[in-house]
Amino acid sequence: MTLRLAPPLGLLVAVLFAASLLTGPAGLSLADSLGALLAGRGEAAVLVMREIRLPRAVLGLLVGAGLGLAGAAMQGFLRNPLAEPGLIGVSPAASLGAVISLQTGAAAAFALALPLAALTGAGVAVALALMLAGPRGGSFTLILAGIAISALAGALTSLVLNLSPNPYAAAEIVFWMMGSLADRSMDHVALAAPFLIGGAALLLTTGRALDALTLGEDAAQSMGVSLVSLRLRLLVGTAAVVGAATAVAGAVGFVGLVVPHLLRPAVGARPGRLMIASALGGAAMLLAADLATRLIAPERDLKLGVLTAIVGAPFFLRLIWQMRGRE
Amino acid sequence: MSASARVSRALALALCLLVPAIAGAGTPPLRVVSINLCTDQLAMALAAPGQLVSVSYLSADPRMSMMADRAAAYPLNHAGAEEVYLMRPDLVLGGIYTNRGSVEILQRLGVPVLLLPPVDRLEDVAAQMRTVGAALGRTAEAEAQVAAFEAALAALRVDLPPVTAAQYHPNGYTTGTGTLADEIMRHTGYANIAARAGVAGGGVLALERLVMEDPQVIVTARPWPGASRSEELLVHPALAALRARAAQVPLADAGWSCGTPAMLAAVAGMAAARRAMEGR
Repeated sequence: MTLRLAPPLGLLVAVLFAASLLTGPAGLSLADSLGALLAGRGEAAVLVMREIRLPRAVLGLLVGAGLGLAGAAMQGFLRNPLAEPGLIGVSPAASLGAVISLQTGAAAAFALALPLAALTGAGVAVALALMLAGPRGGSFTLILAGIAISALAGALTSLVLNLSPNPYAAAEIVFWMMGSLADRSMDHVALAAPFLIGGAALLLTTGRALDALTLGEDAAQSMGVSLVSLRLRLLVGTAAVVGAATAVAGAVGFVGLVVPHLLRPAVGARPGRLMIASALGGAAMLLAADLATRLIAPERDLKLGVLTAIVGAPFFLRLIWQMRGRE
Repeated sequence: MSASARVSRALALALCLLVPAIAGAGTPPLRVVSINLCTDQLAMALAAPGQLVSVSYLSADPRMSMMADRAAAYPLNHAGAEEVYLMRPDLVLGGIYTNRGSVEILQRLGVPVLLLPPVDRLEDVAAQMRTVGAALGRTAEAEAQVAAFEAALAALRVDLPPVTAAQYHPNGYTTGTGTLADEIMRHTGYANIAARAGVAGGGVLALERLVMEDPQVIVTARPWPGASRSEELLVHPALAALRARAAQVPLADAGWSCGTPAMLAAVAGMAAARRAMEGR
C-alpha cells in the first residue's frame, strides 16, 4: 500500500525540490541555473545556486520530512490525531532552547550547542506531554498541556530576546514563533542534518511497535512490545527531529498535524506506514510553503509558519469539531 | 499662538521645517533639550556653553554616536514628554520622526519645538547647521562651522573613475537612490550597486542579487553584541566568498546615521579606501 502511495508523493517532492532550486530573486535562466549547480559554470551563479538556494531546498526537504514524521509518530503513540509537535509545545520549547544557546553565547563558543539546546528544550516538552497526557492520550489534557507549554516557552523566548543587547534580536521573536528558511546556509544544513536524519531513523524503528499499539497496550505487550523502550525511542527521536528543525528554521507549526491527517485515509490505520508517507508529505508541504513565501511576496521574508497555519488551523478546528461529537 | 508666530510657522512649513514661536522670540533660548541623535550632534557642536541642557541617550552610545565622549558630559533623556518637560526647556530639538506622541504633548504644553527632517543630500547638511544655529542664536558660529565643513567635504572628494560598491547591513538592508549614503558613495568615487538594482531609499537587497551584481567593494557595519539571525546573514558563506574577492570597508553605523559634520569620518573612511584601491 505504501508502495502505491510512495511513487507519486516522491515525484511531488522531487518536483517541488527542483522548483525551490529554480526560484529566486536573481532571475537566473534554467540553463544558467543547472550549469552553475551541476557543472560549476559562472562564478556568481555558482554561489547563488550552491550556497544560497541549495541549502534552502535541502533544509525544506529535511525539516518538512522530519516534522511530518514526528507528527505521525506522536499521533500513533498517543493514539490521538491532535498530537502535533507545534501544538503540544515541542517546537516552541525547542525555540526557547535555541534562543538561550544563541543569546548566552554558547552557540558561538561551540556550534553543536545550538541543536543540542533546541533538542533539550524539545525533549523536555515531549516528556511533559507524555507525562501529562498519559498513555491513553486524552485530548483534553494533551491540548491543555500544549497550550500551557507553548505559552510559557513563547513568553520566555520573547523575554530572552527582549533582554538581548543586540538591537535586531527582539525583532526576531516572529522568526522563532513562525519559522523561515530564508538565507540559510550549508553551515545550517551541516548542523541540523545529522540530528534530523538520526532522529528520523530512530522514529522509523518504532513503526512495528506503533502498529501493534493500535490494538491496545495489553495486546501490544503480549506481542512483545516494550512500552518503556518505545516511549524512550519516541521521546529521543522526536526531540532530535523537532529540535534540529527548529534550531535552523524556527518553529513551523501544523505540518505534523495536517500531513498525517490527509494521508491516513490512503494508508489505513497503520502508524508504521503512515510515518513513511507523512515524511514524504511533510517534505512536499514545507517545500510548497517555502516556495509560496518567495512567490507571494519575494521581498518581505514571509514566515513559513504563517502559510502552514493558514492551511493547518482550519484542519485543527475540524478535528476538534469531530472529537467534540465523540467525547 | 500669536499671529506673527502663525505666519512664521506657515513660512517654516513652506521650507519643510517646523519652527513654531522661535522666530518671534528674539532672545536666544537658554535651556535647550535635544531628543534626537542627529539634532544632538548639531546642538553639541553649535550651542554656547551652558545653553544645551540635555541630549538623547543614543548619543552616549559609542556604537551609534560619533560624539559619545562629549555626550557623556550631559544629562541624558529618552525623549519622554514627562522627563523633557521637567527639564524646563525653552527649546526642544528633535527629528520629524522622533517620538511623535511626546512631541505633541510638549507642543500642547507650550514648549517651543524645532523638528528637523532627516538629511538625505550632502548639500542639505549646511542648511540644517544654519537652521539650528539660527534657532540657538549662534548664527556666526554656525557660519564658521559651515565653512569648515564644506572645505573638509570638498577636500575629501575623490575624482577617480567609480568602482562598484554596496552597503550591506543585517537583514540584507541597503541604501539606494535618494539617500545620504548614496551621495557619500558618489562623492568618494563609488557607483552604488543598490541604486543600480533599483533600490530607492533604504530597502532590502536579496543576497542572491548582491552576489550576481558582484560589487568590487562591500561596506558592512560591525556586529552588535549578543546574537541575531539578522546578522547571521553577514557571515553567510556566499557573502564570505564575495568578500574574499572584493575590497572591504568595515564602518561603524555611527558615521552614517546623521547628515551632520560628524559624518565626515564616514566620508573620510570611504575616500581613503577608494584612494587605497588605486594605489594597489
